[in-house]
Amino acid sequence: MSLTVEQVKQRNKDLIKEVLEVYPDKTAKRRAKHLGTFEEGKPDCGVKSNIKSVPGVMTIRGCAYAGSKGVVWGPIKDMIHISHGPVGCGQYSWASRRNYYIGTTGIDTFVTMQFTSDFQEKDIVFGGDKKLEKIIDEIQELFPLNHGITVQSECPIGLIGDDIEAVSKKKNKEYNGHTIVPVRCEGFRGVSQSLGHHIANDAVRDWIFDKAGDKHPEFQTTPYDVAIIGDYNIGGDAWSSRILLEEMGLRVIAQWSGDGSLAELENTPKAKLNVLHCYRSMNYISRHLEEKYGVPWVEYNFFGPTKIAESLRTIANFFDDKIKEGAERVIAKYQPLMQAVIDKYRPRLEGKKVMLYVGGLRPRHVIGAYEDLGMEIVGTGYEFGHNDDYQRTTHYVKDGTLIYDDVTGFEFEKFVEAVQPDLVGSGIKEKYVFQKMGVPFRQMHSWDYSGPYHGYDGFAIFARDMDMAINNPVWGLTKAPWKSAA
Amino acid sequence: MSQNAEKVLDHFNLFREPEYTNLFENKRKEFEFMPPDAQVEEVREWAKTAEYQEKNFAREALVVNPAKACQPLGAVFAAVGFEGTIPFVHGSQGCVAYYRSHFSRHFKEPTSCVSSSMTEDAAVFGGLNNMIDGLANTYNMYKPKMIAVSTTCMAEVIGDDLNAFIKTSKEKGSIPEEYDVPFAHTPAFVGSHITGYDNVMKGILQHFWDGKAGTVPALERKPNESINFLGGFDGYTVGNLREIKRIFGLFGIDYTIIGDNSDVWDTPTDGEFRMYDGGTTLEQTANSLNAKATISMQEFCTEKTLPFIAEHGQEVVALNHPIGVKGTDKLLMEISRLTGKAIPAELEKERGRLVDAIADSTAHIHGQKFAIYGDPDLCYGLAEFLLELGAEPTHVLATNGGKAWEKKMQELFDSSPFGKNCKVYPGKDLWHMRSLLFTDPVDFLIGNTYGKYLERDTGTPLIRIGFPIFDRHHKHRYPVWGYQGGLNVLVWILDRMFDAIDANTNIPAKTDYSFDIIR
Repeated sequence: MSLTVEQVKQRNKDLIKEVLEVYPDKTAKRRAKHLGTFEEGKPDCGVKSNIKSVPGVMTIRGCAYAGSKGVVWGPIKDMIHISHGPVGCGQYSWASRRNYYIGTTGIDTFVTMQFTSDFQEKDIVFGGDKKLEKIIDEIQELFPLNHGITVQSECPIGLIGDDIEAVSKKKNKEYNGHTIVPVRCEGFRGVSQSLGHHIANDAVRDWIFDKAGDKHPEFQTTPYDVAIIGDYNIGGDAWSSRILLEEMGLRVIAQWSGDGSLAELENTPKAKLNVLHCYRSMNYISRHLEEKYGVPWVEYNFFGPTKIAESLRTIANFFDDKIKEGAERVIAKYQPLMQAVIDKYRPRLEGKKVMLYVGGLRPRHVIGAYEDLGMEIVGTGYEFGHNDDYQRTTHYVKDGTLIYDDVTGFEFEKFVEAVQPDLVGSGIKEKYVFQKMGVPFRQMHSWDYSGPYHGYDGFAIFARDMDMAINNPVWGLTKAPWKSAA
Repeated sequence: MSQNAEKVLDHFNLFREPEYTNLFENKRKEFEFMPPDAQVEEVREWAKTAEYQEKNFAREALVVNPAKACQPLGAVFAAVGFEGTIPFVHGSQGCVAYYRSHFSRHFKEPTSCVSSSMTEDAAVFGGLNNMIDGLANTYNMYKPKMIAVSTTCMAEVIGDDLNAFIKTSKEKGSIPEEYDVPFAHTPAFVGSHITGYDNVMKGILQHFWDGKAGTVPALERKPNESINFLGGFDGYTVGNLREIKRIFGLFGIDYTIIGDNSDVWDTPTDGEFRMYDGGTTLEQTANSLNAKATISMQEFCTEKTLPFIAEHGQEVVALNHPIGVKGTDKLLMEISRLTGKAIPAELEKERGRLVDAIADSTAHIHGQKFAIYGDPDLCYGLAEFLLELGAEPTHVLATNGGKAWEKKMQELFDSSPFGKNCKVYPGKDLWHMRSLLFTDPVDFLIGNTYGKYLERDTGTPLIRIGFPIFDRHHKHRYPVWGYQGGLNVLVWILDRMFDAIDANTNIPAKTDYSFDIIR
């Protein structure tokens, strides 16, 4: 049943038309702009993005708080991040993102803890600023080794007119310049997690760089200093990336933000190059570091050997021959491992079709890793991408790929039913829907509790995981033998 | 390089290899500017002291690692228990993403729920248009039999009026006039997830019984002999409700489980995704007005719903998540009393089997000290069971427990010699519990998945019972109610105890004389 590209495009068109028929007219018009097919040669994917979700459709998106606390700030390990508002937001995002770190939790590091102001009705009525002051005092008393505090605003904060900036400034003075960062990431701001990333980036700029100045003047730099930007160390991703940069001769002075410390953020302006993995969530601070401190930045992709080699060379090109040779040495060192992984798994995965729907960089970045295993991406989409993401995606996808932006639960089900991929890669909310349908699935946010997937070490795990998902005996059990084969 | 294609190393092995441990060490030394090891050690030890505990318990504002979630989560839990029903949460959309993820991580099942996706403009102008469009979309896309509306804190802070909004949505034609859209205001800054369950349950009954928000005449109660059953917010709802159905079946009585979410969170993998499965039908929900009585398994989950039902003329019985022999005895005797039916011989035999199991194993549990945390009723049920096992529920903590619960727990302690040294902690969190486990250690801890941090830090072995359980699979499929459920809880406790003894006696030539083959 292999279709020609033209047939695929026609099928996609019919499929989109069919899906849109279920909606009231107004919604059908709005959703139509987000669904399409990639046409070779076009500068983007032909869909609109970063627009408000339609009410009532079961969008998969989250909110600005999730983007700031959950993604950008939460992993900074030696700071305490207060979920400021009612108890829920902090509870649901408590330790669920697998941002690995090394530290003594509760003493010098705090990532897998849930600090909340647990707003009650009186806090809504009378305001929460006094409570926030007290919370900061209590944190200083009970967690004396914390290196800073962030205030992650939940919805009510912006609605009741609290002045968390004033509280932060006051307490910063009171505690001798202790870093306290107010973040205006109320969940109703913007259209998705994405604005939360931006707000969080801006808070680093305003409250870490601009307000604090150089906190570590004694820090010795070298010509080979780089910072990893936009790696949240999910399942250890940043570690299996860092090791490669170090092996090629670079010195990684900061990780943003997985397993990162406040000092690492503070020292980042001293880097010679910022290497950016998740463009979506951290391009803002990368641009700022370039504009204000003259640190250039470069995007890279550490999924799968093809892209890793390409990226190592791209990064090396910013440095001298020593580093360029280092990159070649690293590529050569891991080549036998990569070959062994591909020899083992490619025959089992060749030609398998994949549909993705994820956030950040993954709807495009992981495509190379699948292709290294002989697999084909037949559909992809972004939870909270912008047009610049869809532009970048054109370098990855093939002509005729089905594209769905801010897909709804309904659309995604219908697309998978019709396209019948061998694997779906998406999130926890989608996982069991597709598994019930008998479609192999991997969570591509949390790596389904596996990982790392970044770097050469990660690719071995990635390949093994995709194989175990697809070639799993359970999928042969979904139909009772006494039912006639469909 | 340690990774290899033949035996792929996972994160838990990979990062212990020297290339990574060196990397960690170097990163810490060169770049992190972390406090010196000695200082970390000093603070770590200080945090175990009574002095620290005093400061910790003096907290007035900060909450650390609470054992509760917010109202809207309970709202969704209640709403999915009705046939073909989709919960519609009015407010910011990120909340719904969180509830769906949270339930899916616990039940390993899909959870369908929609949001009205309110953003900044809705914050200024109100969310009416979001409601109007949202209801129309949900109705057309997912073809639900009912849409149950609740709120997030955003909608509550700006004061959106659900009743008026739903009316207007109907007038504007987003959904048919006669279509069922029960609603409940569920502000996240009041109570906890158990309050949300209560509000939605009451809201749905009110809708069907009291005239659907003034659009039809209120139903007139025509009493019959059936019994209503409310499970409350319960992580074991799948196993528990099935066990309850079996028990009612053995009694041979008419019953209605109001909010039966045991099927929708336990659907088969057979090629079909069932967005809806099972659930209390809308007809049953309306007819439940006529029941003779309603039994609530969790008093503190139904503080508003039960009085509402009582006002409509039914007898109501509130239990506290009964676990074990006496708890189940009470449940069965209440069913028997309300229905006039004798307790089935089969159940009496099961009772004997549970007592038999306890007698077989009691020597291992007797006198052991436990810390328990969880929802108020669950804590009560577990503590009651431990007392009848001769164990001591030394610390019992519920972040969402209040004064009434505190009193009730104290009465329970006072009723048993094993309760003499036990203490109840309403409104406290797991950071308080951490101090307690250091200053007044116990043998075992019972709690949800987050208890693993307490187990790691204090060395108290954790028995996972509660919600959520993310890091162990399928526990929710087992009942903890009924004598059968009591047996499950007993076995979970015993398994962990024996594992702890084995782990403590397995060093050759040192401790392994006690590494017994028979226990």
